[in-house]
Amino acid sequence: MTTNDLLGKIFQIVLGLAVFAAVIGLILFLIDRAPKRGRDWFQLALFLGPACVLLAVGLLYPAVRTAFTSFTNRAGEFIGIDNYVWMFTQPEALITLGNTVLWVVLVPTVATGIGLAYAVFIDKSRGERVYKSLVFMPVAISFVGAGIIWKFVYEYRPAERPQIGLLNQIVIWFGGEPVLWLQEPFVNTLLLVVVMIWVQTGFAVVVLSASIKGVPTEQLEAAELDGATNWQRFRNVTLPGIRGGLVVVVTTITIATLKVFDIVRVMTGGNFNTSVIANEMYTQAFRAAEPGRGAALALVLFLLVVPVVVYNIRVLRKQREIR
Amino acid sequence: MSSTTGSTGSADRTDRDVSKQLDAAARDRYNLDGSKAARVKRRLTSRTATVFALLIAVVWTLPTFGLLISSFRPADLINTTGWWTVFENWGWTLDNYSEVLLSASATAPQLGSYFVNSLAITIPVVVFATVLAAMAAYALAWIKFPFSDWVFVIIFALQIVPLQMALIPLLQIFTTTLKPTQEWLHEVIPIIPDETYVQVWIAHTIFGLPLAIFLLHNFISEIPRELMEAARVDGANHGQIFLRVVVPLSVPILASFAIFQFLWVWNDLLVALVFSGGTADVAPLTQRLAELAGSRGQSWQRLTAAAFVSLVVPLIVFFSLQRYFVRGLLAGSTKG
Repeated sequence: MTTNDLLGKIFQIVLGLAVFAAVIGLILFLIDRAPKRGRDWFQLALFLGPACVLLAVGLLYPAVRTAFTSFTNRAGEFIGIDNYVWMFTQPEALITLGNTVLWVVLVPTVATGIGLAYAVFIDKSRGERVYKSLVFMPVAISFVGAGIIWKFVYEYRPAERPQIGLLNQIVIWFGGEPVLWLQEPFVNTLLLVVVMIWVQTGFAVVVLSASIKGVPTEQLEAAELDGATNWQRFRNVTLPGIRGGLVVVVTTITIATLKVFDIVRVMTGGNFNTSVIANEMYTQAFRAAEPGRGAALALVLFLLVVPVVVYNIRVLRKQREIR
Repeated sequence: MSSTTGSTGSADRTDRDVSKQLDAAARDRYNLDGSKAARVKRRLTSRTATVFALLIAVVWTLPTFGLLISSFRPADLINTTGWWTVFENWGWTLDNYSEVLLSASATAPQLGSYFVNSLAITIPVVVFATVLAAMAAYALAWIKFPFSDWVFVIIFALQIVPLQMALIPLLQIFTTTLKPTQEWLHEVIPIIPDETYVQVWIAHTIFGLPLAIFLLHNFISEIPRELMEAARVDGANHGQIFLRVVVPLSVPILASFAIFQFLWVWNDLLVALVFSGGTADVAPLTQRLAELAGSRGQSWQRLTAAAFVSLVVPLIVFFSLQRYFVRGLLAGSTKG
């Protein structure tokens, strides 16, 4: 990087911000000087317009377009549902789907389970904040960084040489042979799932811990006076009290898991039978020049996400009505 | 006795039976023993809990810790000995960092450029998305118009659209409209390179908007009505109310969202891969890291240091602004 490059980049940032500031300034100026007639509409358009135009051009239209693309081949000709047939018949594509199901089943349940237990155990304990920070930290770092961190844990060296990956070293301590973890089908998918669980558990801990603190102490004390054991109190008072938090955690992690791309990309590149829908979508659309197949995969992803979100909204609605 | 459990309940009953034969002082002592037993039992369960919590905390921290240690070890030690043997194989160096950041050789990672790119992508996007979303959220919450609820619901629903669905068409739009404009600009004003951040900025801003509008709307719509009306009575129009009342009051939530957006954009790989072109001119750290991790015969001395270069900014943001971060997280997840 030469000084010139750096100056060019700084110039770009400043210019970008300046143009943006000028546009926003102009909008606010126009809002100030809105004509008397149709004033509200004029102001509304200026406030809401920019965001709406961006969303329409960058999200709404592309989504619709992608839905259409999924019915075309690489030349752009209409081929009906061939891309979907490909997805549900080709062995490699089926492995991708199967892996995605495995991810979606394992990550939310395990991450939420561990997160809940952890949140309960550290509740009101000494050093609660430190405990929380330690587990929460992976949430802040990138999936790429997480991928590298764990790739190092899974690193393999032949048995006669000292190991540098922690997992193989542990295997050896227990008298086993080192394994090329990331190239061993099925085990490798599980090990990638572990990375995602590692990242998401912190989110579960923070949200659930806040929910647990929201459970009324009177109820807990009442249960205690009635002679409920710790477990009974947890089962019958705490758990119902944090239902909303649990739903949010499970659904959010589920959606994040469905879209996971970076971890697979960094750790195996989708090789050795580890691909998932989001990764395969990228590979097909941008590497294999098959935008139709990529679009079909994206659409399936969308269809998988919808019920989760709808359920989430319904539960929250119901809770609001109760309140 | 607030710590009574089932077992002390039965102890109380036995207590009643025996009490006749005991004088008051002895009874007190007995009671004391009973609650002590309960306390021991509680401590036991809380001991397994503590062990579990400690175990999780260690397992969750160890991988990162190992990478951090390794990034300061000389190349030959990283590749021949485990980081947990660091006491037997003593040796520390900063070479890894100076190599990945400063080395100008063509094969070096040259992370300096990418680091600048990451900042150059992230900072403007945070500003763009926050400002645009705040304005939209204000309009949705406080300017009355028909179907405003519907517009809000549609924007909320857009959150479900996976990025993946928007990538291909958006890229096509950029290549047909933005690219020629950029080339033209480059010819008119040569200091502006033809590979610019504009594509990535716009893409990230758009993808951040639905969540941003949703979060900010939740907050802005709950500003007391009286405040708004007082401002209106004083003759303020929407623009003035927005700038003088809404923005100052919304600073906490704006900060929360800005931190979110910052981490999200800084950590993103997918958008970067599709829209940045992949050169040192524009591509962010994550993309370079993914490349390094994917290349054959990966050299861990580079990868460990490179990973920490990319982690250090999010970690600083995280540890210094954790309160805002958590607040944003909870606001986004517990309000429907």
